[in-house]
Amino acid sequence: MAEAVDLKAIGTRPVRPDGVEKVTGRANFGADLNLPGMLHGKILRSPHAHARIKSIDLSGALAVDGVLAAISGEDIPGGGDLGDNVLANEKVLYHGHAVAAVAATSAYIAEQALDQIQVEYEVLNPVLSIDDAIADGATLVNESQHTNGDTSQPASNIAAITKFERGDIDKGFAEAAVVAEGEFRVPTAHQGYIEPHACTATINEEGKATVWCCTQGQFDVRSMTANCLDKQVSDIRVIPSEIGGGFGGKTTIYLEPVAVKLSEISGRPVKMVMSREEVFRATGPTSATLCRVKVGAKSDGTITAATAWLAYEAGAYPGAPVGPGCMSVLAPYELENFKIEGHDVLVNKPKVAAYRAPGAPQSMHAMECAIDDLARKLEMDPIELRLKNAADEGTIAPYGPQFPAIGLRACLEAAKVHPNYTTPPAEGQGRGVAVGFWFNIGMQSSAEIRIAENGAVTIMEGSPDIGGSRASMCLMAAETLGIPYENINAHVGDTEATGYCNTTGGSRTTFATGMAVIEACEDIIAQCKERAALTWDLDVNQVDWEDGQAVPKPGVNADVKPLSLADIARSAGRTGGPLLGRASLNAQGPGASFSVNWTDVEVDRETGKVDVMAFTGVQDAGRAIHPSYVEGQMQGGAVQGLGWALNEEYIYDANGVMENAGFLDYRVPVTSDMPMIDTQIVEVPNPSHPYGVRGVGETPIVAPLAATSNAVRDALGFRINDLPLSPPRVLAAIDENE
Amino acid sequence: MGDYAYAAPATVDSTVELLSSSASSGTRTQVLAGGTDVLVQMRSIDRGPRLIVDVKQLAETNVLSIGEDEIYIGAAIPSAILNENAELKSKLPGLIESADLIGSTQIQGRASIGGNLCNSSPAGDTIPALIANSAVCHIVGADGERDVPVEDFVTGVGTNCMADHEFLLGLRVPAPKGNTGDAYLRFIPRTEMDIAVAGAGVRLTLDDSGTCTAARVGIGAVAPTALLVSEAGDALIGTQVDDDALNAAAAACSAAASPISDKRGTVEYRIKVVGVLCKRAGAIARDRAKGS
Ligand SMILES: Cc1cc2nc3c(=O)[nH]c(=O)nc-3n(C[C@H](O)[C@H](O)[C@H](O)COP(=O)(O)OP(=O)(O)OC[C@H]3O[C@@H](n4cnc5c(N)ncnc54)[C@H](O)[C@@H]3O)c2cc1C
Repeated sequence: MAEAVDLKAIGTRPVRPDGVEKVTGRANFGADLNLPGMLHGKILRSPHAHARIKSIDLSGALAVDGVLAAISGEDIPGGGDLGDNVLANEKVLYHGHAVAAVAATSAYIAEQALDQIQVEYEVLNPVLSIDDAIADGATLVNESQHTNGDTSQPASNIAAITKFERGDIDKGFAEAAVVAEGEFRVPTAHQGYIEPHACTATINEEGKATVWCCTQGQFDVRSMTANCLDKQVSDIRVIPSEIGGGFGGKTTIYLEPVAVKLSEISGRPVKMVMSREEVFRATGPTSATLCRVKVGAKSDGTITAATAWLAYEAGAYPGAPVGPGCMSVLAPYELENFKIEGHDVLVNKPKVAAYRAPGAPQSMHAMECAIDDLARKLEMDPIELRLKNAADEGTIAPYGPQFPAIGLRACLEAAKVHPNYTTPPAEGQGRGVAVGFWFNIGMQSSAEIRIAENGAVTIMEGSPDIGGSRASMCLMAAETLGIPYENINAHVGDTEATGYCNTTGGSRTTFATGMAVIEACEDIIAQCKERAALTWDLDVNQVDWEDGQAVPKPGVNADVKPLSLADIARSAGRTGGPLLGRASLNAQGPGASFSVNWTDVEVDRETGKVDVMAFTGVQDAGRAIHPSYVEGQMQGGAVQGLGWALNEEYIYDANGVMENAGFLDYRVPVTSDMPMIDTQIVEVPNPSHPYGVRGVGETPIVAPLAATSNAVRDALGFRINDLPLSPPRVLAAIDENE
Repeated sequence: MGDYAYAAPATVDSTVELLSSSASSGTRTQVLAGGTDVLVQMRSIDRGPRLIVDVKQLAETNVLSIGEDEIYIGAAIPSAILNENAELKSKLPGLIESADLIGSTQIQGRASIGGNLCNSSPAGDTIPALIANSAVCHIVGADGERDVPVEDFVTGVGTNCMADHEFLLGLRVPAPKGNTGDAYLRFIPRTEMDIAVAGAGVRLTLDDSGTCTAARVGIGAVAPTALLVSEAGDALIGTQVDDDALNAAAAACSAAASPISDKRGTVEYRIKVVGVLCKRAGAIARDRAKGS
């Protein structure tokens, strides 16, 4: 691994390669593509949260002037749950569930035509909460769903149960001098990406489809769309646009198979763009949760036992992020006795999708609140208590693996002496501390390095850039090749233009795709050394690569001038043809990222309004390739976490209709709500990455929930367990406690 | 969106004529000022075709005059222009603050007080401030001109007393005299870009001894329409506008409120907070009256 002191490009903060296009409005996003003859597709959505579809009659829509195609669930033959979510088959499972679609010559005609589709429903009782779903005799969302697939047991809304256990919790709690426990609810939250889902599809007479869309993973769109339509992946080309936010929400599909099918029937390209309301009602937010946690410690602060009972709403189909919730809940602590049990619970709400550290904010909110209560009971500083029990290199994580070098302790030590921490909160304010964690993922990436005749470098890779990753790729390439950042451009290719790459998610891109870029650069260096050896009539072992040029190794007797990348590129035709480096890999050892957050809040006791006065995040980045973008991730994640803690929530009526499907009443924070989010990057290099990178994108959203709860607890003198800490909830709690 | 027709008649008379003829022909017609409500509604909840009649080009809807007895605010003047008028701001700081709460800088380039009032939302921010200031609507239509106090103008959620052939020309606000101050406060869970959960506007006048001689309180977002709460004003008159008086006014506001529980707040929450806002706005208005 390169030493920090040797690094020239890594750790600098250049402007991003895609910056000019974006700030000048030239960059093309999902809805920007228009093709000649293009139709507009619209979706008819269920007015019921739970109902059996008795019949669908599309003829009325097809009779409307300007309508060229109309489809329903039977036109999406494959994909299993995914296909059923794209267009419902036997039942509609949530309000807003797609039922049918039309394509017409204008969006307005398409919308009018939806009114002409006749759907007969048998309305069923909706299951709208975890309590309802797991109650005896609950209505079943899916009559053939059995817990963990065990058909010897009756059908259940609990799709799966996950468990992690170690030691003896009874013994552990018996050793405890103090115990903290509680039941905590976190509401459904949406990623709130600015850009609604959008795609345009066209398919030719040979059955070859092209799809343009905004996505975090063009290869997943390809395979998912192929599955839904019973096609081969090789029949579909997916071209990713720029992406206006995803945060996990654009790792799945909603529109693409519909657009392809409508195009197939009409013979025209079909564009589909969701409204904001559709985004809220019918795309995947993250789970509402119910978590019961308990933790005990000796009087010196040593944690002796902990339990976590977690239930996560999956929405209409199995797949809540309760597994990661279980993995995360106790990850920051070294302890002998614990029991973690997670439940994946079906309800009549949209199928959840990934949202930044999926599952971790909810379970860790509960546990980090309990840890805070424990610190109060022990009269210990909350950072000291965590230091006392912090997981470290060699700790066996609750979910199994042994941690290599991790940065939790370093983050806690940095927080402890941070001026924002050593300065007490202002008069009347409360302070809350919490720890965050995300395990991060590796997986498959490919990269190609192409050298132009003038020595300029193009990186061709497959990771849609949702957080400045092009800049990071260019920096790692600049570092590896020893050339200026400005000579490099990074390009995100479509499924036909670049090698296979897993979706941008799990904070994997800078780590895994970065590793592929570094390896592809090493391939280029090896080729350049060969070309130089050929030019100089030396053995390749006699050539070095230094500062972006080939040079004879020290001691090699050769009267030659160094050959730069440009020199070698210019004469490449004479030394073996164009320079093309490549790498593909399945990256291992992503390296967990820990954080410590604290926030100071002020509560208006007459209105219940919580104002965030200060917030500081300390996080281990392994190595910050582009520190501004690491800080940006930390700040963005913090703001999303604060929004979730304070006001964001899905509000449903008694029939399961979301009442706040818009940004007016689904309240993400606005800039003026937030203080400057202070950041401090800690670097404990990841031993598995050439430059030490750990993913940083997800950890930042985890700790703000509990940090805010703990700060409000500190300000009020009593705890409010549930989120959001919206003014009506806080005022009601104040009234109750006075 | 469906099919739209747009017209911007050059005079008040031709505007009234167009409104009358299109009303009698059954064409759906909507007056347009800044469009910051109209355009949003056209793109979301209410997408049907209609005739749009733009009134913001008329000289009469852009009159701003600050007289000895009356301040006249043209119905279509964008709030940005009002916010930047120092004289207006010093005379009616509370009303102008209510206009300044609307949207963002961009929205305020277009959003008008007239539009806010005619949109007739229970949560419209300028309405309680207009009520507190005894503002009167200056309406024109096929039957000529008429004046209606703001508290009588809005008749329900999204409805008002104007006929199809009428539109709002401007607002007459009694000019503040002596030691007079006004203030408007709203509660939102965020700091901006939000809709009032509750709002309260207060205007009061003090004599030289600091005793309140006149007071009006308007409240918003806690009933189907913004309300004039006479009991709250009465609770301040004759007092030094001290904590006891403010608490009494607050209690009157809470008593007058008949809110609903919805995504923005519960009944209990709104009833309590509208009182808190009245109390806080009353204190600001008092301090302003003392300062003036
Ligand atoms: C992002 C955003 C934020 C907002 N924030 C707020 C806020 O904080 N508080 C708030 O109260 N509002 C807010 N609004 C709503 C809106 O901006 C205000 O109601 C504004 O004052 C409307 O004025 P306008 O001139 O744009 O009205 P328009 O949209 O032109 O008209 C509104 C209504 O009044 C009618 N109308 C307008 N002028 C006349 C007239 N002269 N005669 C007869 N009828 C007329 C129209 O037909 C329409 O029904 C916000 C809107 C947006 C888009």
